[in-house]
Amino acid sequence: MRTATCAAFAAALTCSLAVAPVWASDRVVNIYNWTDYIAEDTLETFSKQTGIKVVYDVYDSNEVLEAKLLAGKSGYDVVFPTGRPFAMRQIKSGLYQKLDKSKLPNLKNMDPTLMKALASIDPDNAHGVPYMWGTTGLGINVDKVRAVLGPDADISSLSMIFKPENAAKLAACGLTFLDDQEETFAMALRYLGKDVATTRKKDIDDAADVFKQIRPYIKYFHGSQYVNDLANGDVCVSHGYSGDILQAKARAKEAKNGVNIRYVIPKEGAVLWTDVMLIPTDAPHPQEALAYINYIMNPEAVAKISNFVAYANANKAANALVAGDIRDDPGIYPPPEVMDKLYMLPENSQSLIRYRVRSWTRVKTGQ
Amino acid sequence: MMPPPVPPSSMSSGPPSITFIGTIWRWLLGFTVVARVRGLAMGTVSWGRAMVTAVPFLWLALFFGLPFLVVLKISFSEAVIAQPPYTPLLTWADDGIMVLRVNFQNYLLLVQDSLYWMAYLNSVRLAAMATAICLLLGYPMAYAIAKAKASFRVPLLMLIILPFWTSFLIRVYAWIGILKNNGLLNNLLIWLGVIDQPLPFMHTDFSVLVGIVYSYLPFMVLPLFATLSRMDESLLEAAADLGCRPGKAFLSITLPLSMSGVVAGSMLVFIPAVGEFVIPDLLGGPNTLMIGKVLWTEFFSNKDWPVASAVAVATLLLLVVPLVWFQKAQEESTKKVEELV
Repeated sequence: MRTATCAAFAAALTCSLAVAPVWASDRVVNIYNWTDYIAEDTLETFSKQTGIKVVYDVYDSNEVLEAKLLAGKSGYDVVFPTGRPFAMRQIKSGLYQKLDKSKLPNLKNMDPTLMKALASIDPDNAHGVPYMWGTTGLGINVDKVRAVLGPDADISSLSMIFKPENAAKLAACGLTFLDDQEETFAMALRYLGKDVATTRKKDIDDAADVFKQIRPYIKYFHGSQYVNDLANGDVCVSHGYSGDILQAKARAKEAKNGVNIRYVIPKEGAVLWTDVMLIPTDAPHPQEALAYINYIMNPEAVAKISNFVAYANANKAANALVAGDIRDDPGIYPPPEVMDKLYMLPENSQSLIRYRVRSWTRVKTGQ
Repeated sequence: MMPPPVPPSSMSSGPPSITFIGTIWRWLLGFTVVARVRGLAMGTVSWGRAMVTAVPFLWLALFFGLPFLVVLKISFSEAVIAQPPYTPLLTWADDGIMVLRVNFQNYLLLVQDSLYWMAYLNSVRLAAMATAICLLLGYPMAYAIAKAKASFRVPLLMLIILPFWTSFLIRVYAWIGILKNNGLLNNLLIWLGVIDQPLPFMHTDFSVLVGIVYSYLPFMVLPLFATLSRMDESLLEAAADLGCRPGKAFLSITLPLSMSGVVAGSMLVFIPAVGEFVIPDLLGGPNTLMIGKVLWTEFFSNKDWPVASAVAVATLLLLVVPLVWFQKAQEESTKKVEELV
């Protein structure tokens, strides 16, 4: 769910950078990960340590990953789907192989609480290991929002974006949403005080109405463009992934352009997601895949990734190695009272998904 | 819809592209094969000739017919989360009975939900507009190249073909740099003092049209050039000798004679533009509703390969209708011109 620099299919066509340092070895592992989701030296160090060559490819939507897995023979050895609902249903339909835990000595470093949480979708943690986790909230250009909504506007509530009178004012400086019907509907349902896991189509209709009322004021729906636009001050409120928004904040700081970005988890709560490392059933190099997963569970390797991408990892032993400004950022490691308000994306029936996708198309296009 | 088998002689008229596309639907209906077999039996078609024409048919069967049948098969199944993500049509029951399970629900959905019709109509509308603009831009270009001195023709044609050496995706991305709010075009207009605020070119039907016209213009120019350069100049000289003004000569000689190129170019632009996905996805906005985008949503968001296949089959059938129409129009116009000449 991380930063993407290209549209989904473009990622498949052009952005797929094959980082393939040539070491004197035939051992290869094919990694398929989200864009901008490793540190600069992650792959190089892995190859140096293990002698395994990495072929690295990227995607920017769970849907694209799932389509490739369902088609079969994807050729990938390690993939990183989001736990709920994607990895959950993919594990259920037998797309992944069980981990040979004797090859994963670094499992001892993992946070037992997070492992236990993941066991709810993967009993006994038989198939997957958590990679990074984060939340989906709001990126806010504080100064601009205060300028249009007034100095004491409540920027911690979803009513800031969902009340039509507020959204109308935000339209002047730019309001954007993820083009992701799972995330957007969960947020609107929560705003309405309804159960995110609802099975009633009426609830979906109500959530769609929330968006229809503010549709004229939404600048665009996109999974990655907001990172640059927030950093440049082209938009002032973006619904997006925590790490992406924090990356935008860092970029604005670096550019010294006076743009002051804040990542906000609304008081109504936010989606909590975990990306999971898994080995497809038909992976051509399962042994090398295990080596890669074991390497990522190395505290030093994963701490570097967290420091670089601003997402929290699930490695307890790495906590001491994560940079202070990352570890103390409540947007990355939320305090317990905020953690309590976070919720996960529900598992839905095929017919409800279709209904929701259709409603989302109607929201976006008016058709 | 049911043209008689066409004798082989009429198939060689017009540039190769149009006959090729024309053959696709004829092949679909099986007429040509029937005609060929009948020709062989009656001794009007030689074996050698049949063998040569069999090659493109085999090609079509292998790379169009077979994949199409696979898509058709999937369109009658049901979606499941599995590998592959659809149910089989044929299953064996325990007692050796073969069970055929055909699901028409997917096609029913296409009719029931206005989304698919709106997306299709919008695709056709945008593709038709793009084709018209390509024709208006491409005809003078092709005409100028055809009338240019022979030594100029090759460099001019190279200029048309040269952009193909760059990746299509990169060229479409480049348009984002030109059309975006702080892009080249807006900055130029602001610098010239024409506008104070950037105009929203990006994420509109306008930007999609620009992208399609830009990408497909060569496909309009090349067949037009092919017909225009083959034209018999003496007809125009004769017209001038008989006192016909150049404008009238163009309308009554050049234009009708280049009709096959116009139709070929238009089809080469229109057909891929209807199903275009990359351009609307990159340059279009959230409210750009096109059939290619709907197909993507079915495939990726709904994980519903059967409905996606049904959309693909329906789109193909709906494209065959304009194809047949174009083909007929072309044949008639060629006939008319031949009678005239």
